[in-house]
Amino acid sequence: MCGLAGICDKSGALIPGEVIMKMMAVQRDRGNGLGAGYAGYGIYPEFADHYCFHMMYDSTEAKEACDIYFERNFRVDRNEPLPTQKTVGIDAGPILWRYFVTVDDRIIKQKDTTEQDYVVDAVMHINTAIDGAFVASSGKNMGVFKGVGFPEEIGHFYRLDEYEGHTWTAHNRFPTNTPGWWGGAHPFALLDFSIVHNGELSSYGINSRYVEQFGYHCTMGTDTEVVAYLFDKLMRKDGLTVEQACRALAAPLWSEIDRMDEADKAYYTALRRKYGSAMLNGPFAIVLGTSEGMIALSDRIKLRPLVAAESGSIVYVASEESSIREVCPDPDRVWTPRAGEAVVVRLDRVSRKAEVA
Amino acid sequence: MKDYTQPEFHVDIDYSKCHKCGRCVGQCGWGVYKFNERPIPDDSKCRACHRCVTFCPAHCITIKKSELAYRENANWEPQTRKNIWRQAATGGVLLTSMGASRPQQSIFDHLVLDACQVTNPSIDPLREPMELRTYLGNAEKGPAIKIETPLTFAPMSYGAVSLNVHKSMAMAASRLGILMNTGEGGLHADLYPYQDNVIVQVASGRFGVDPEYLNRGAAIEIKVGQGAKPGIGGHLPGEKINQEVSVTRMIPQGTDAISPAPHHDIYSIEDLRQLIYSLKEASGYKPVGVKIACVNNVGAIASGVVRAGADYVYLDGFRGGTGAAPAVIRDNVGIPLEIAIAVVDQRLRDEGIRQQASIIAAGSIRSSADLAKAIALGADSCAIGSAALIALGCHLCQGCHTGCCSWGLTTQKPELTRRLDPEEGAQRLVNLVNAWSHELQEILGALGVNAIESLRGSRERLRAVDLDEQTCKILGVKPAGM
Repeated sequence: MCGLAGICDKSGALIPGEVIMKMMAVQRDRGNGLGAGYAGYGIYPEFADHYCFHMMYDSTEAKEACDIYFERNFRVDRNEPLPTQKTVGIDAGPILWRYFVTVDDRIIKQKDTTEQDYVVDAVMHINTAIDGAFVASSGKNMGVFKGVGFPEEIGHFYRLDEYEGHTWTAHNRFPTNTPGWWGGAHPFALLDFSIVHNGELSSYGINSRYVEQFGYHCTMGTDTEVVAYLFDKLMRKDGLTVEQACRALAAPLWSEIDRMDEADKAYYTALRRKYGSAMLNGPFAIVLGTSEGMIALSDRIKLRPLVAAESGSIVYVASEESSIREVCPDPDRVWTPRAGEAVVVRLDRVSRKAEVA
Repeated sequence: MKDYTQPEFHVDIDYSKCHKCGRCVGQCGWGVYKFNERPIPDDSKCRACHRCVTFCPAHCITIKKSELAYRENANWEPQTRKNIWRQAATGGVLLTSMGASRPQQSIFDHLVLDACQVTNPSIDPLREPMELRTYLGNAEKGPAIKIETPLTFAPMSYGAVSLNVHKSMAMAASRLGILMNTGEGGLHADLYPYQDNVIVQVASGRFGVDPEYLNRGAAIEIKVGQGAKPGIGGHLPGEKINQEVSVTRMIPQGTDAISPAPHHDIYSIEDLRQLIYSLKEASGYKPVGVKIACVNNVGAIASGVVRAGADYVYLDGFRGGTGAAPAVIRDNVGIPLEIAIAVVDQRLRDEGIRQQASIIAAGSIRSSADLAKAIALGADSCAIGSAALIALGCHLCQGCHTGCCSWGLTTQKPELTRRLDPEEGAQRLVNLVNAWSHELQEILGALGVNAIESLRGSRERLRAVDLDEQTCKILGVKPAGM
């Protein structure tokens, strides 16, 4: 059992971090104090074009090794500790640091890669090759704040009330399979994708073997990580839309496909065949944060709760309706998304751009 | 020359119960019984096929293992001694049938499946959808074959088995939405109505192959090797080539049907590629699979096969069955299926070509548990030959090559083949596959997944008990407790 929440203002207006903290505080008993975290989007407007690495280090040696790695492979424009404050309930964690970096075009050309692939390779390298160093997030104008504790404590620790973002996701963890450790808390992030996840992927074994074929390395010892890589693979590499990616990951039942018209039947059969090993099976509800908005999705037979609500330009999702009512007592609409049906929230500027295109 | 071997079985008739009806005499295909006021058995001819026992109305026949004592010698076991006596008397290769029977370790028996408790819910297949549908072929493009459950019938040729066996499998495959496989003996006209559920095989003897044959199948399979006899061709004796077999195989009646060990147009991988594409051209681009026996280098071989354009690789493990093979080959050549699945699946992933082809695993899939474990190791589907024959009555007496099968399965003698009613045979096969499918659904439900693709290659859901570290590593399976 875990708790999750997400909030997105489609207008792009910025929401204070306190709001998402409140949404999580009411869901305190969905976790056990062994992990909580937040992802915020639009929080670093002054560095909007920089990749921001949120780092966790077990030791100063790990930090030194990583400092050298960043200096050698990126242009580091700012390099500073993540602002935190002493908080009751939060024990000494790792060294927390953030780097705002850009990538030199010449390196990209020389290596015949893309900027994003270059960053992904760096994340995989740090996580696997530098002992005691973990990348918490690596996207642009976004960041992940997570650790061992209850959500309101983690939020206080990271001084989230000092940030504002157009999209926030959050998680309260009740770990069952893997020990509670700072890097293992949610969200899991790669580039702009971040995932919070309530559930357990009974298909993790094959999902991880699937992404490993494409150069991703599952290193965190938890199943959620693979979801971030799957979205990266399906959307960024294979060019699927959010809706298509969700239909691949929570595929319609064959009985449903059999009832479709011929064109849809052919499409969904092909989608399911191609992404059979990527399909997420077992109980899950996830909220995916991206620089373009937020997506919430549950498994094909809805073994985990997920509620959504809308109020003006703001969309809320959470494990429990109480979480939404805590910050929006009277929404325009509250609904329970159907099993496997994605709630897709796009920023207006993204929707407009799509229309123009 | 006198054969120094002794009967292996003792036919024990309780004459106080015997009806003297003579049914045992008629039922036995091996000529065990003579009738002289009562049935008189000749123990030396008995193969323990239990046909007489099953049909004796008085239940007065018991087949016992011969109690004859041999001087204990763990090195020179009685079977070893008998083999030498037999060869000393005949000078011949010892022939046998069905799969390897020596007590070698079964890896499947050392693998256990996972199940859900508390943190993730198991799923009840009686209440929730539980999907077994599987597609064979390139997952991203081109033609594919849909099967409603991840099982097909393994190739067994018409000639090696009777037409009624073929009809039973074809009808069952059609009703189940799965596939039967012609083996290398051509497609009899009686099977044309079921051709959408038939894989037509092209083997080294090219029996029954012409453009019409290729176009009738749902897919085409090139048989390179067979698990029971890797590197060995086939030999169907002329006695089994009757009128119907002759027409279907396109060879003269009464002649031996000899499949060469290699295809004489495949001496390397590029030749295989040319044959694959010739068959695709000839059939309007139907899926083409390649069946290989599991041997040491199976990973590299399968990779070559996939790169040569095969839509599926059929892996036949060393316990795979046969209608006739030299015992020395059957019992000593090849590697376990479990290892081959793991190695091939991983190799194709390492090379980034796993999506290009499916893996069919075969070679002694004995139960739905073997099926589930094979899929978890990385197979897309399994094929069953021996299990299908057992469903039809086979008692594994290992006498297929004699053509005397009392159950009427691996014989062409009309008085024996009529014992199998194809309609009833089809129903037995449908029942077996349905039963295994239900069990597979129960396994998936316990694992907390509701589609077979979430088990496929999911080795995390397997654990090894009593397997050495190196084997675990090759299988990609952790030991229990980890």
